[in-house]
Amino acid sequence: MKAPKFSYIRADSLDHALELLDKHGEDARILAGGQSLMPTLNMRLSQPEVLVDINRLNDLKGISLDGDTVVIGALTRHIDVMNSDIVAEHLPLIAEAMPHVAHVAIRNRGTIGGSIALSDPAAEMPACALALGATLIVQSSSGKREIPAEEFFHGLYETARAENELLVEIRYPSQKKDNVSVFMELARRHGDYAIAGVCAYGKVSGNMVEDMRLVYFASEDRPIIGENAVAALNGKAWCDETKDAVTSALENDLDPMANLHGSATMKMHLQKVLTGRVMDTAVTRAGGAS
Amino acid sequence: MSEEMVTVNMTVNGEPVTKTIPVRTHLVDFIRTELGFTGSHLGCEHGVCGACSVRVDGDVVRGCLMLAAQAEGADVMTIEGITDTGEIADLQDKFVERNALQCGFCTPGMLMTAAELLSHKSEMSRNDIREFMSGNYCRCTGYHAIVDAIESINNERLKG
Amino acid sequence: MGFIHPYDRPNSYIGRTLPRSRAKRAVAGRGRYTDDITPPRTLHAAFVRSPYAHARILKIDVEAAKAAPGVKLVMTGAELAEMCTGPWIGTLTVFENMKAEPQYPMAVDRACWHGEPVVMIIAETRAQAEDAGELVMVDYEELPVVINKDTALNAGSPVIHANLGDNKAWENTLGSGDVDKAFAEADHVLEETFYFGRHTAVSLEPRIVLCEYDQGTERLTIHTSSQCPHMIETVFARTLGVPEHNVRIVAPDVGGSFGLKIHTFGDEVAATAAAIKLGRPVKFVADRLESFVSDIHARENRVKAKIGIMNDGTMIAAEIDDLSGAGAYSQYPRTSVFEANQILNITFGPYKHPNYRAKATVVYLNAVPTSQYRAVGHPIGISVGEHMMDWAADVTGLDPFEIRRKNVMEDDSYPRNIGSGIPIKDLSHQACLEKLHGLMEYDKLLAEQAELRENGIYRGIGVAGFIKGTAPSPVGYYGAGGARIAAQDATTVKLEPSGGIIVALGVTDQGQGVDTVMEQIAAAAIGCHMDQVRAISGDTDAIPYGGGTYASRATAIGGEATYQAALDLRREILHMAGILLQTDPENLDIVDGNVVDDGSTDARIPLSEIGRIGHFQLGELPNDYQPVLSHTRRYRLQDSPYIYTNGIHGAYVEVDVDTGWIKHLKHWVVEDCGRIINEQLADEQIRGGCVQGLGGALYEHCIYNDYGQLQNGTMADYVTPMMSEMPDIHVGHVQTPTSESELGAKGAGESGTGAAPGVMMNAVNNAIKPLTEGRVTEQPITPELVLKALRKI
Ligand SMILES: Cc1cc2nc3c(=O)[nH]c(=O)nc-3n(C[C@H](O)[C@H](O)[C@H](O)COP(=O)(O)OP(=O)(O)OC[C@H]3O[C@@H](n4cnc5c(N)ncnc54)[C@H](O)[C@@H]3O)c2cc1C
Ligand code: FES
Ligand code: FES
Repeated sequence: MKAPKFSYIRADSLDHALELLDKHGEDARILAGGQSLMPTLNMRLSQPEVLVDINRLNDLKGISLDGDTVVIGALTRHIDVMNSDIVAEHLPLIAEAMPHVAHVAIRNRGTIGGSIALSDPAAEMPACALALGATLIVQSSSGKREIPAEEFFHGLYETARAENELLVEIRYPSQKKDNVSVFMELARRHGDYAIAGVCAYGKVSGNMVEDMRLVYFASEDRPIIGENAVAALNGKAWCDETKDAVTSALENDLDPMANLHGSATMKMHLQKVLTGRVMDTAVTRAGGAS
Repeated sequence: MSEEMVTVNMTVNGEPVTKTIPVRTHLVDFIRTELGFTGSHLGCEHGVCGACSVRVDGDVVRGCLMLAAQAEGADVMTIEGITDTGEIADLQDKFVERNALQCGFCTPGMLMTAAELLSHKSEMSRNDIREFMSGNYCRCTGYHAIVDAIESINNERLKG
Repeated sequence: MGFIHPYDRPNSYIGRTLPRSRAKRAVAGRGRYTDDITPPRTLHAAFVRSPYAHARILKIDVEAAKAAPGVKLVMTGAELAEMCTGPWIGTLTVFENMKAEPQYPMAVDRACWHGEPVVMIIAETRAQAEDAGELVMVDYEELPVVINKDTALNAGSPVIHANLGDNKAWENTLGSGDVDKAFAEADHVLEETFYFGRHTAVSLEPRIVLCEYDQGTERLTIHTSSQCPHMIETVFARTLGVPEHNVRIVAPDVGGSFGLKIHTFGDEVAATAAAIKLGRPVKFVADRLESFVSDIHARENRVKAKIGIMNDGTMIAAEIDDLSGAGAYSQYPRTSVFEANQILNITFGPYKHPNYRAKATVVYLNAVPTSQYRAVGHPIGISVGEHMMDWAADVTGLDPFEIRRKNVMEDDSYPRNIGSGIPIKDLSHQACLEKLHGLMEYDKLLAEQAELRENGIYRGIGVAGFIKGTAPSPVGYYGAGGARIAAQDATTVKLEPSGGIIVALGVTDQGQGVDTVMEQIAAAAIGCHMDQVRAISGDTDAIPYGGGTYASRATAIGGEATYQAALDLRREILHMAGILLQTDPENLDIVDGNVVDDGSTDARIPLSEIGRIGHFQLGELPNDYQPVLSHTRRYRLQDSPYIYTNGIHGAYVEVDVDTGWIKHLKHWVVEDCGRIINEQLADEQIRGGCVQGLGGALYEHCIYNDYGQLQNGTMADYVTPMMSEMPDIHVGHVQTPTSESELGAKGAGESGTGAAPGVMMNAVNNAIKPLTEGRVTEQPITPELVLKALRKI
């Protein structure tokens, strides 16, 4: 199928882009990497009036270190995140997750901002942002807002970003010295969206778990923190008993959505299995015995 | 809504081109129908099959997921272009020798992706090859012969 | 005549691995597929398709669409029907009592599946045609939907086609021996029910037609991605009332086919009608989204199986009851019941049980019509038979190889019949089984498996034997059933003035290497160089009438025709050389493209001289000899319904028993396709076929909801096998030439696809066996099914 008719405007500056968003309101769609938007256009699932191409906004590209914060421009391509030394060193969770995002040709175009702005429930980057407690910087013609990841993801493809706001940058606290992070997902094929997935980020000393955050994706309508699971986990030594307590607490956190790839029951089961596995790995990575 | 047109300028396979086209034209439709380079194929037009893989400013991308208008000023290479430069002549010969293609419809996309893999110039296992190439669908070959061909050229190139 | 059989000649091309010329241009991006051809003033077709699985069409308003930019024609199904000579009826007389509803190329007053074409738009560009399609207003009245085959025949079920009385398309029972008595005598009777999901072919190049009608000469030319140009010629001509000899079908490079492209599709006929009406070229590409709702589907079956075995592992009886879910119509002209028919024919086919009973029921559903797709029925029948064999092994305490050794037909026992009553010969189950055992290093695998189990790693070893019907005969199938589909095939072999040889084939090449194989056969038979020979295929103006390529028939049938035609030409060349050299042709031979004295390699006359004299210097020849230099031979199977082949697959997988994920580690195939012409091409057919079968076993599934709507009609949601998850595939051969032909080649194209699902299911069950009584009996084998078998969810 061929895309429907639309107008196309290439934004030549951030202000220009924001002006266009103001002007066209909900008729406009931001075109970043296009790796999610273009398929929906080619399938005529969406029919925006105006595409605002932000690809030439070079200010929105790049990865830098600002003290204890890693700053990633929204237009940074997946491939550049994947190959970044800063990310490898300071955000190992993202470094671990990125190879699971699609395939090379898609990573060459897709952007981290596009991923987060789209907020596909099975996507890796929104989950990582939540696990790491990132701050999302959105900007409109009336200024910038900082939105904590905890408040950004509202539901199925819904976020706290307003129509006229552009996600401009993501600020991640660097991984703390004594923290560990683990990323795991299950997808039928390499590069597919996940069927179940968990990010773990927190502190493990020996077997003792503290400040651990477990983020679940692909089973709910958005990435979520397993609050009950975390409550059953923190302050405990990781052992079979804790594992049982955490996985049964998880039942109060998750209400998986069935889809073509699996029933709610299966997704719950898989998230429990992954919980055990990420924590086993977290303990191993922290140097303890799992 | 009326059809919005745009004039695009880019370099395709080394030649500068200027054309006025509907803005909604994606890059591969542009290359195929406006320029007559029919080596890049369309298998899905939603980003999954990889038959449309082309190189834009040095990186392999899905040609169906990019508007031609977005390639304004870009340097675009297709299978025809990299055939002419001889960049992967060894791999192409190996594909023929190893019969790493049957119907050949996936082949240009496979080769464009493999060219990027080979440019890494690093040791790689068969699994590494399979993982890197995992976004390119082939219904005919069962993939084994494609992995063989890429593996042997990578090894040959590393040996120098 | 000093004729040395081509196999025995030094450097014979038969059995050699040689590269394909088409491959060379494809790697350069210079392949020529139908969409690469766009004559001036080409228009483009798009279709409005039914969003409902079953609905009456009350009203169609096309005014806005007609007025849309670029639009040249809007045609409804009713308007198209008026251009047709009549509806299609997808029955064959060989299927007794089969019922089918007449069908027009587009829906006329009722849409019967989600995706059925309702209105065609022709415009300057495809995008404009789609824009206009959005302006077509169709009023539908929804009708009750039949989508579940298990209840389609229940009293009270809605009936899709009232004229047929019920939803049953066909029912058949066959078998041999006294099954009930044998079950009563068996030490163990095992029963299981299996479910197989719907698949579709997903050839990477979608269906496409480029139709041109010359109003002066009244010639219709259609470029199309087809396996069977002559069948398309016949069907399109007769449907649209164009004299058949005025139609030319050209299949240029074809981007994958797999049985999909042996069929006729209403949207393609509609585009042809538009070209006739408008007198301008019309192109129609079934884009990926419409492919999923309009390409034939296949495989949807439920099979109940029952076997009787003795304590020593001997199987004495087998029974199956198959329920096949067809689509809304029986696909014309090949029907939608072959899959069920093949399941009856081949299930338990490798084994010598004396008692067999098999029943099939095919029901219509409000879904995409089903029909033949690579390895028709075999993946289902083989999965069922081989699962039951493994289960019998467990029950009797035998190893899977051991129980097969006990039950397979002996290699020296042919000709004989299999349980379904089909005559078979020239098979090699025993040899293949032993060869696989060695190739897999089975004992080592067993040891590794045992050791890893100690560490909580669950690996499974699977084996699955098979028979595969290839190269169907004209008796009992399409032609005999009344369809105008050739089971014979023909090749013309010509000597050109240059000494070059042209081989014009009725069979076609979709990348299998048919052209190259035929060149090898011709060069070997004549005694010339490969580079002197060029094959032509896929253009009905240039080739003799043939069936095309389907059912693994190209080499088996077309190969023999080529071989015989090439021998005829060789005979004529030697005859002419004998006259010119005043030598008895018996004392001459052709070697390396030169006529030589028998036993010598010294050229006496090169073929180029024969060609030159034969075409230009006829005065050098006596008046009573008019050179022909162009020989056509046809070949068809005579005694057997099929040339059966056989083989066996092995698989080694690892199952993550907590998640149900399956990792396919290694796959082996040993098969017997008779005489191998080009080993590499044969191997690659097997490998590609395996992965296609594994796709069906693990991922592929056309999922319908209760309203008959396809839920996963995109490549993102219809999951196909990609490179990362597929294993290396090791191929071995046993060669038992078929006694049906002189060449001795059987088919190889479907032997990978047929047994790969069965071996995968066996390997998975073998992996989880220590942990559960549960077994996986459904395909695709999703993690969910594995977890259920493990009783984890
Ligand atoms: C075959 C295939 C497989 C894929 N697999 C995965 C996968 O496994 N995991 C995964 O996460 N993704 C996957 N993707 C999607 C890919 O990662 C996308 O790149 C990503 O989801 C969107 O990023 P983009 O830059 O391409 O955004 P676009 O497609 O350009 O935009 C997506 C949406 O976000 C909006 N948007 C984009 N940028 C901004 C911004 N800066 N501010 C506000 N709004 C914005 C757009 O308006 C649009 O609505 C896959 C894609 C394909 C084609
Ligand atoms: S056509 Fe672009 S990915 Fe399939
Ligand atoms: S060779 Fe046919 S799709 Fe790859």
